[in-house]
Amino acid sequence: MMYAGPAERVSITLTVNGDVHELAVETRWLLSDVLRHQLELTGTHVGCEHGVCGCCTVLVDGRPARSCLIFAVQADGADVRTVEGLAGRDGRLHPLQTAFRRHHGLQCGFCTPGFLMAALPIYREAPAMTDQELRGALGGQLCRCTGYVGIVEAVRAAAAIEAEGDAT
Amino acid sequence: MKPARFAYHRPRAREEVDRLLADLGEEAKILAGGQSLIPILNMRLAAPTHLIDINGLEDEPVEPGLADGVVTLGPLVRHAAAEGSRLVADQLPLLAQTLAHVAHPAIRSRGTVVGSIAHADPAAELPAAIAAIEGEACVRSTSGTRSIAARDLFVSHLETALEPGEWIEEVRMPVQGDRGSAVEEFARRQGDYALCGVVALAARRPLSRVFVTLAYIGMGPVPLCLELPELSPSELAGAPLEDAVRELAHERLEPEDDIHASARYRLWLAERLGVRAARRAAALPEKR
Repeated sequence: MMYAGPAERVSITLTVNGDVHELAVETRWLLSDVLRHQLELTGTHVGCEHGVCGCCTVLVDGRPARSCLIFAVQADGADVRTVEGLAGRDGRLHPLQTAFRRHHGLQCGFCTPGFLMAALPIYREAPAMTDQELRGALGGQLCRCTGYVGIVEAVRAAAAIEAEGDAT
Repeated sequence: MKPARFAYHRPRAREEVDRLLADLGEEAKILAGGQSLIPILNMRLAAPTHLIDINGLEDEPVEPGLADGVVTLGPLVRHAAAEGSRLVADQLPLLAQTLAHVAHPAIRSRGTVVGSIAHADPAAELPAAIAAIEGEACVRSTSGTRSIAARDLFVSHLETALEPGEWIEEVRMPVQGDRGSAVEEFARRQGDYALCGVVALAARRPLSRVFVTLAYIGMGPVPLCLELPELSPSELAGAPLEDAVRELAHERLEPEDDIHASARYRLWLAERLGVRAARRAAALPEKR
């Protein structure tokens, strides 16, 4: 059995966007805060910090999860993907990002990292989804400025943009 | 906000959880999926001195199981695993239908079925589902194990019949057989807490009569189960069903006013959603 006292730091290994990090974290530290403050990956935004807004959504072992509702110590050994992992190392945008740009899927951009990460596991199936299914899949993300029409259109278009990119 | 400091325990076996709960008492909380507990910690509505993280338990099933006509769900079966389970789709569609309404995909990745039931939020869907199907919770402590029928499990808002030191090691729900089911909710946003929700289970009785149970979500301090009188198909399709739901709903449900809706509006929703769910569960078309 593992035990850590209230102020004690625990060593964890976190793979983020393919890079392996050895970290010492307090048990009460949230994954969102460790990503932002320890790893300086500030693309993951923190809105409500109780699981409602969806801004802090990242992929944990391939599945979307609220990084504000996981303690970093629980993510020991996990493979995490954040919005910083979307664009290529050369800065070339991911097809989802290109789609958001083309379809006006963002305005202030605060919610965008969460939307992108929530859409990442599903965008290839999105063209075949009904509007209700797609909106349901993105329903955990709040946007307070654009409304959702552009966002839904962007997610629906991303697979085609990816195919275009592969053709060129 | 951030959680207050706590001591962190990560046991490897169920017996270790029993001992920790016995030693630490009321100061300890079990952390499973964390999708209800961590918001409470973040907002500092609670600040337990000890957290017992059961995600490190070894050899725990991550998928629902089937034994003697009962679907079994261990403490680490996530909503997403149960929702995507072939076994659940075949044997207990009620559970899959209910899970589709539980929060959002990112929450369902982590949240556990047992955790949601142990949390006993009357606004949550799973307590109503297990009450409708008359499942049970298998609980354990250093004193041994026992089982609590779902309809006796929920005592009040966020309160169960568990004694200090006890925790739920498994939830069991009987397979549905030829019973029909449906879930209806009205929420301001897909996946949010519903203004009103209802889980319906319809059993065929002799002479083509149908016995419908309605378990209401968010209409009182616990899931409230209404058992309708046996109705014929024509009664289900018409006014007798509507009258029966209205009468029982007005007598038994205890909706409250809040910023989102009045109690009166919630009761109206309960009638309409109850009628619709009953007809869908009985596989009868909704009269428009």
